[in-house]
Parts: sequence; C-alpha cells; structure tokens
Amino acid sequence: MNRIEAKFKELKKARKKALVLYLTAGYPNLATTEKLVPELERAGADIIELGVPFSDPVADGVTIQRTSAAALASGTNLSKIFRTVSRIRGKSQVPIILMGYYNPILSYGLKNFIAECKKTGVDGLICADLPPDEAQELLRLTRKAEIGLIFLLAPTSTPERIKMVSRVSYPFIYYVSVTGVTGVRKLLPNDIRAKITQIRRCTKKPVCLGFGVSNASQAKEVLPFVDGVIVGSALLDCIEKAGINYLDAAKKFTASLSAVKNID
Amino acid sequence: MHKGYFGKFGGRFVPETLVPALSEVEEAYRTIGQSSKFKTRLNDLLANYAGRPTPLYHAQNISRRLNFKLYLKREDLLHSGAHKINNTLGQALLAKMMGKTRVIAETGAGQHGVATAIVCALLNLKCAIFMGKVDVERQKSNVYRMRLCGAEVIPVQSGSQTLKDAINEALRDWVTNVRSTYYLFGTAAGPHPFPTIVRDFQSVIGRETRKQILRVEDRLPDTLVACIGGGSNSIGLFYPFRRDPVNFIGVEAAGMGISSGKHAAALGAGRPGVLHGTYSYLLQDKDGQIKIAHSVAAGLDYPGVGPEHSFYKETRRAKYVSVTDKEALAAFHLLSEIEGIIPALESSHSLAYLLKDKKKFAGQLVVMCLSGRGDKDLEEVLRVENE
Repeated sequence: MNRIEAKFKELKKARKKALVLYLTAGYPNLATTEKLVPELERAGADIIELGVPFSDPVADGVTIQRTSAAALASGTNLSKIFRTVSRIRGKSQVPIILMGYYNPILSYGLKNFIAECKKTGVDGLICADLPPDEAQELLRLTRKAEIGLIFLLAPTSTPERIKMVSRVSYPFIYYVSVTGVTGVRKLLPNDIRAKITQIRRCTKKPVCLGFGVSNASQAKEVLPFVDGVIVGSALLDCIEKAGINYLDAAKKFTASLSAVKNID
Repeated sequence: MHKGYFGKFGGRFVPETLVPALSEVEEAYRTIGQSSKFKTRLNDLLANYAGRPTPLYHAQNISRRLNFKLYLKREDLLHSGAHKINNTLGQALLAKMMGKTRVIAETGAGQHGVATAIVCALLNLKCAIFMGKVDVERQKSNVYRMRLCGAEVIPVQSGSQTLKDAINEALRDWVTNVRSTYYLFGTAAGPHPFPTIVRDFQSVIGRETRKQILRVEDRLPDTLVACIGGGSNSIGLFYPFRRDPVNFIGVEAAGMGISSGKHAAALGAGRPGVLHGTYSYLLQDKDGQIKIAHSVAAGLDYPGVGPEHSFYKETRRAKYVSVTDKEALAAFHLLSEIEGIIPALESSHSLAYLLKDKKKFAGQLVVMCLSGRGDKDLEEVLRVENE
C-alpha cells in the first residue's frame, strides 16, 4: 500500500489527525533537508512535503519565494532532491510528497520523473499549477506506479470542480483555506467548515487543510473538521529565525503542533 | 482541437483557485463579448476614442532602400501610442459588463500599463498595475502617466524585478482578490482563454490591413512582418490572413546576440514548457527554471511567447527570425531619418529584419506592423548610445 494511504489508515485507528509539514528542499542546502526530515518525523510529523524550488512560484507567498530562491542558489535541482530522498529512506519511512510546479517536472521528463519517484521512495506529488484538467498523462503514470497525485480545492471551487477533483485526487484532498498564496496568516476565514462539509459529501477520502495555518491554536481550531493540517511557511520562518539553532527550533515547533493531533 | 489549445500548445496551467475565475472570463467572453451591445460599444470606442482605423501607409522612401514595396500599418498613431489599447478597451469593457470593480495588469516598459490605466479611467474601474522595480526606475514617465490616470503602480521586488515577476505578482494578487478583480492580461499568452481573447481583440489590425491593401493594391500582400514579445500585435496582424497564401514572419529580439545568452528569442532558442499558465516555447535552463530575457526593447523582454505562435512555428505557418539590439537601433534611426516616423524599439526589430534580409523580398509587396511609436524610448536610446 502507498505509504500516505497507510499513514491515514494508521492515524484513523489511533484516533489522530495528520500533521503534514512542508520544507523547501535545499533550503538552505540539501544536507539540512536530509537532517531535518527524520527529526521532524520523530517530533511528530506524519507526512513530509518537500518543496521542489521553482524560479517563478506564483502560488507562493514571500517565505516560500525566498526559501525557493535560496535553494536554487545553493544548486538544488530534481536529480539532487531524488538523491536526498534516497538517503533519507535509509533512516526514515515517513511518507514523502514532492510539491512544486509543473515545468521542472516536465523538463525532467514525466516518465523519468515517475520512475525516479518510485526508485527513491517518493510517495506522492502535488503540483500547484497543474489542475486535473491538464494532468491526464501524469494521472496515468502515477496510477500505474501507485504514487499519489494530490489535487487542490479552493474557496472558489464550484460544486462541479469539487466533484471532479475529489474523484481524481489520491490519496487525499488538499483544501486551500484562503483565496491567496501560501504564507502565515493571523486569521483563517470562517467559511472553511461549510466548504469542507461540501467536499465530504462528495468523497470519503481524507481532506487536509493548508495555506495560512501557522500555529497550534489555529491547527486546533480547524482540526475537528479535517483529517490533517499542512504547515509550511510558519515552519520555514521558524527555521530561518533560529539560525544555527534551527534543528531544536524546528523540533519544538513540530512538537507544539503535534500536541493537538488527538481527537478528543 | 482540445479546448484552449493550438495544436499541442496552450492550456490552463494555473492554481485551482483561478480555474473558476478563468472559466468565468471564458463564459463572459462567449456571451457578453459576442453581444451586439458589447460590439457596438467597443467599435465606437475603437473609432472615436482610440482612433481606428489606423492608416496603412506606403513608405516610399524606405521602400526605395529596400527594393520592394513596404506598407506600414500605423498602430503607432493610436491613442496611447501603441496597439495595446485594442486589447485593453476590449477586456476592460468586458470586465465592466461582468460587474468587476477592480482591474489589475502587469507591465514591462509600461505600455500595457498605460493602456490599461487609460481605459480604467475612462470606464471608472479601480486599477492596479504591477511593474518590476527595475522597470519602475527606468520608465519614470510611464509610471507618472499611469498615476495621472488614477492607477496605483505597485513596484514588484521579487525575482528579477522585471516583466516576468510583474506577471507572477499580478497572478498572486488575482488569486487573493479573485472575486472582485479582473486580470487584464496584456499579450496573447497566459492561461486559456487569454491567448484567444487577446488575439481576437488584436485581430482588428489584420482585418483592417486586409481591406486596406485590397483597396489600394487590389491584391493580397506577399509577406506580413511583425515583432514578437508575447506576440499580440503579430498574431493580430497574421490571424485574419491565416487562410490566405501570405507569408508570415515574426521577429524576435536577439538582444546582444543569441550566442551571448542575453536575448529574448523564445521561439528561436527556447524549448517548450509551462510558464504563466500556458504550454509554449520558453527560455529555460536544463532543470526547467525560467531564464531571464534581455532586449533593448522592453516590450520584447519576455522569456515566453504566446502558444499560437508555437503552433505556427511547429506547423511552419509562420517563420520566426531574430535581430539584435544593435540592428534594431540602426533601424530606429533610419526610419526616423528618412520617413520622419520615430518607431518604438519593438517595431524597429521588424524593420531591422527587412533591412537585413531585403534581398529575399525583392519585388514583393510587404506589410509591416508598426506596433508603437518611439517617444517612450527616447531616454533609453540616449542612455544606450551614451554607454
């Protein structure tokens, strides 16, 4: 079974929600990424998203723009990210999702890309600028390789889009909490619950919420009606601020989020 | 043909949040955009506000130098000084009739920004223009023009701080304010339906040209020539002739020379990929990261190109060539000196190509799109020539 799917089953049994953490791969370098992933898992992360840096990240706010630029400047590319995933697999079986934009994948070659995912132990893929309408080829390849292809739904999604996206997204659905880009926000919109209910009516697949979730109290607020939260920019901000103490800071931050995972 | 595609090029590669917004624009264009109320209003504005039809001028002095008959389609005489207003009038009117209250746009040198600010002032729409910080600094008079017309100019500090990043930032704004805001895309690129909408609004160039040349010459031209940045003036000129036995030539910016790596020749030296919502030729490195374009003409300074041009390239319907900054500057001077017409640096590229390869056109009837006037470029030309 796909590691992501297995993780959701395991969490459900344990009556827990999923904590999904996003790291820009190669920020500030890939050695750091390699060190961070197993540590975050130990601190309570259930799934890791590794951001594949792109020169023109239109769906991202300032934090991920900045970390992506830094990752590119340190020479990060897909081949090196695959090598890093391979090495992480020596130490950890945490489900890993690559998240990024379509062009670097297209440039790598879709077939080669999926083959490398399979070989190195990547479990899923999220492509911010690839709606299902444009993803026929990638859908076919990921299905065959049993690799997840997770699509997004947004506050603007119509009932038809919700139906279509929930049908093809696997193993879970990524709900974007706000109309906007990734990044830390003080307040989350109050229409989240209604929209999630609407999605639930179309599918039994897990729904995770991302964009804007930045601390334990926000996570606690939304977790009762989703299956997991995705936190990225806030973690990267925390790593950036901590400087050389980044490892402790990231672990502490992860633990604070992990503490609210239980369903009570 | 698959919806939103030109052969294998085009599509709608955008975050999910924008998919419904693009469908809304597509639907509005299909209904409101085809209504007689819309068309009557647009035609009135094109004629009495923008100054259409523009002349098709037989440039005799330059024709003698070239040894073939050259006509110039004078888009430079339009209000705002370039062809951009054909598109901004159409799209802003559409936005207004859709009930949108705010319009955003990207701009490089400021031509599309100015053309957008102008029509937003006219139609009483709130307007925000995204412009790379580098461009804001080197195009001060255009920034002032936009502000005079009531637009907010937002300097973009991310990435290379030029046109490509202005588009990124405009897309980020649109994702955030999607319900109230219309994104008025400036060229025949971007996600579906923009390549089609922009082409249709710019096709007035080709439709007029066709009528005018048949009237004066009683035949179709042998060749059409236009410059290519994103490719809106060229596709507007070419499209109405697509079923005619007429050659199309698109001229890209070779900047400091293709081999220098500092150029904007996406079709000539790029490979297909996805940027800003569309699958088309673009400048990218081996990892699929987007390269920064270069051209002395800010309007050509874009690493991508409209998908219909990629389709024309693959099917060989059009031929794509390029000329350097230096060649374009020489053509800029020549047209000013012997015709008394100061062309935009973008349009100077088309003329530079005709001068360079003039032997190929001996005895032909050629129409070139003079897409804009050069007033906006005077400072830049002075700066470059003093270096």
